[in-house]
Amino acid sequence: MSTRHDTAAPPEKEGGAAPAARGGSAPPTEAEARRRLRLSRRWQRDVRWSPYAFVSPFFVLFIAFGLFPLIYTGWASLHTVELTAPTDMDWVGMRNYTRIFDDDFFWNAAKNTLTIGVISTVPQLAMAMGLAHILNYKLRASTFYRVAMLAPYATSIAAASLVFVLLFGRDYGMINWVLDAVGLDKIDWQNDKWPSQIAVSTIIIWRWTGYNALIYLAAMQAIPQDLYESAALDGASRWRQFIHVTLPSLRPTILFTVVVSTIGASQVFGEPLLFDANKGASGGAEHQFQTLGLYLYEQGWVNQHLGRASAIAWTMFLILIIIGIVNYVISRRLRASS
Amino acid sequence: MRARTRTARQAVVLAAVASLGAGLLAGCADDGDGDSGGSSSSGGGGGKTTITLGLFGTMGFKEAGLYTEYEKLNPKIKIAENVIERNENYYPALLNHLTTNSGLQDIQAVEVGNIAEIVATQADKLEDLSKAPGVDKSAFLDWKWAQATTADNKTIGLGTDVGPMAICYRKDMFEAAGLPSDRDAVGKLWAGDWNKFVSVGRQYKAKAPKGTTFMDSPGGLLNAILSSEKEKFYDASGEIIYKTNPAVKAGFDLTAKAAEDGLVGAQTQFQASWDTTIANSKFAAMACPPWMLGYIKGKSKPESAGKWDVAVAPKSGNWGGSFLAVPKSAKHVKEAQALAAWLTAPAQQAKLFAVQGSFPSAQAAYTSPEVTGAKNDMTGSAPIGEIFAEAAKSSPVQVIGPKDQIIQQGLTDNGVILVTKGKSAKEAWETATKTIDNNLEK
Repeated sequence: MSTRHDTAAPPEKEGGAAPAARGGSAPPTEAEARRRLRLSRRWQRDVRWSPYAFVSPFFVLFIAFGLFPLIYTGWASLHTVELTAPTDMDWVGMRNYTRIFDDDFFWNAAKNTLTIGVISTVPQLAMAMGLAHILNYKLRASTFYRVAMLAPYATSIAAASLVFVLLFGRDYGMINWVLDAVGLDKIDWQNDKWPSQIAVSTIIIWRWTGYNALIYLAAMQAIPQDLYESAALDGASRWRQFIHVTLPSLRPTILFTVVVSTIGASQVFGEPLLFDANKGASGGAEHQFQTLGLYLYEQGWVNQHLGRASAIAWTMFLILIIIGIVNYVISRRLRASS
Repeated sequence: MRARTRTARQAVVLAAVASLGAGLLAGCADDGDGDSGGSSSSGGGGGKTTITLGLFGTMGFKEAGLYTEYEKLNPKIKIAENVIERNENYYPALLNHLTTNSGLQDIQAVEVGNIAEIVATQADKLEDLSKAPGVDKSAFLDWKWAQATTADNKTIGLGTDVGPMAICYRKDMFEAAGLPSDRDAVGKLWAGDWNKFVSVGRQYKAKAPKGTTFMDSPGGLLNAILSSEKEKFYDASGEIIYKTNPAVKAGFDLTAKAAEDGLVGAQTQFQASWDTTIANSKFAAMACPPWMLGYIKGKSKPESAGKWDVAVAPKSGNWGGSFLAVPKSAKHVKEAQALAAWLTAPAQQAKLFAVQGSFPSAQAAYTSPEVTGAKNDMTGSAPIGEIFAEAAKSSPVQVIGPKDQIIQQGLTDNGVILVTKGKSAKEAWETATKTIDNNLEK
């Protein structure tokens, strides 16, 4: 604020922490006393409310771009609304939710989200752990390897997916070309259920393994070296050291990555959308790799049913909350047991 | 020593930050330019009025030099276009802008697949162009004009191009399979009936060059059949009839049979691997509107130039085409109407065809030398202008509905393609209709 020092903490009584005001010894006149009172009140208000002003940008943005859309989506999910006329809302109550129960496409998408989530998250975290363990040794050019691991994460999904589409092509893809060369049958990566899900998972694994590996690496480097030394003195092999020293020390980190990956897996969208450029939103000819995110997008932006899409969005939100609670319970159990 | 490396490091970091910052700034500056070109009502340049066009894909007005020509004719006008590459991205944004009545350009293009929905739901936000100065209804194909006209006779879009469909085929591959290769003889093989077309495919297959199919994709065949029907997914009163319309089921079953018999490649059009089948000459025939010749040219290897020819399709149909509409909330409605009328006048459409291959929707242009004398590298001396003009004139006035795209995409991408995967036609039909019904339900 200003440079006037009398706006700083005013002396309250004798013996207060703040220095006495100028000419302090003379008893203050009544006007002076009022002035001081006013300033003191202003100062109190400042101390009390300024922090709120400082944190407000986040909350203003959150209300505008987080809370309002959330509430509006909730409101829209109780109506029939079309993208062609977003202001014409017909009240239908819970119908958009009740019909989700016998919407085969929704449950198919939910199942796909689960299976893609499992076959992408589990190998991804296991590989990340292995990579981190290797990088934790003394290596030449270790910084290079660490940066290189983060490169896929920094690559845009769109670019990466396009490359993977070329790799996984049925007729002219490189992977099928290799399979053909060693005498195996071609795999229709896009139109068969499991191959397509594995292919989509590969893109996810490729993108996130390095990221998780770096998190593990950071945690590993915080493990005190003497633990390893004493383990080595006791004759523990590298593998035993990993099992009995590294893994237990990493438990909270592993939990963190599991939670983050689960949330990420339940929102998978870009990879399957771009995996099939034409049928994108429907996730393949038989919806074999349509995730919940894709189904939501298909209902809202391809079919223009904003009401249905909103209901799907809220249902996904509730599912995420349940996943969050389950995670929380498990993590508390784990913590208690350690 | 140590201090020196540190400063060196700092210098590197600084340089990196500076270059990043410069990049960001440059990026912002670029955006700024684009925006001001798109939104400023009257550019600083001597009180000129800037008309903005919102377009998708490559519509070619600029490439054909039409903007420069118009600016010369009207010194007070400046034209700026704002192009979005894919209609899938352009159309939802256009709908958003129309429903909120904001962010609209002076002229907005609409794809034929979306025109019915725009006519049905957004007509009150768009100008009636039928009475705009310089618009001559009789210059346009009747069915093209009708597509953008509402029930109460307001025409909200002027046709730019159409996609009259013929069959493009490989002369060399037809000969290798013992079929005639002259375009009249080929046209006679299947004249009037898609069933005959598929039987020609069977003849082809009997002696086909190894590793090739008769047609490119089930989606291409189904699209060609359905495009030549008067009614496909909606009846004249606007009811959805796709499941009960015998023409749709017959087309689906015929395509499924062709797929089952291996007459069509197991491809989806416009995917990378489909492109590769063009380059590698893996099929002998495809349904093609004029713009497809440009596409074939773009994907082919040089040695296939001149090996293609164009024959009349069993039944004429239309695939593709666009409209120009003027929103009521446009900044310069009058000037925009004049420009839209000028851009879609026969003379300009003929120029657009000469440069871009977009076939005129103004039939008055069909006698112009640009159309009658048109040639294409891929098809050698074939008089493509005449063939396509004939197809355009004989195309049916098709009933198009607001959700045509969703229905057709379902039948293709969730239907006939499955037959190439070994599913039965019945299973494919069930998957397709189930998907479509779910997508249509509000």
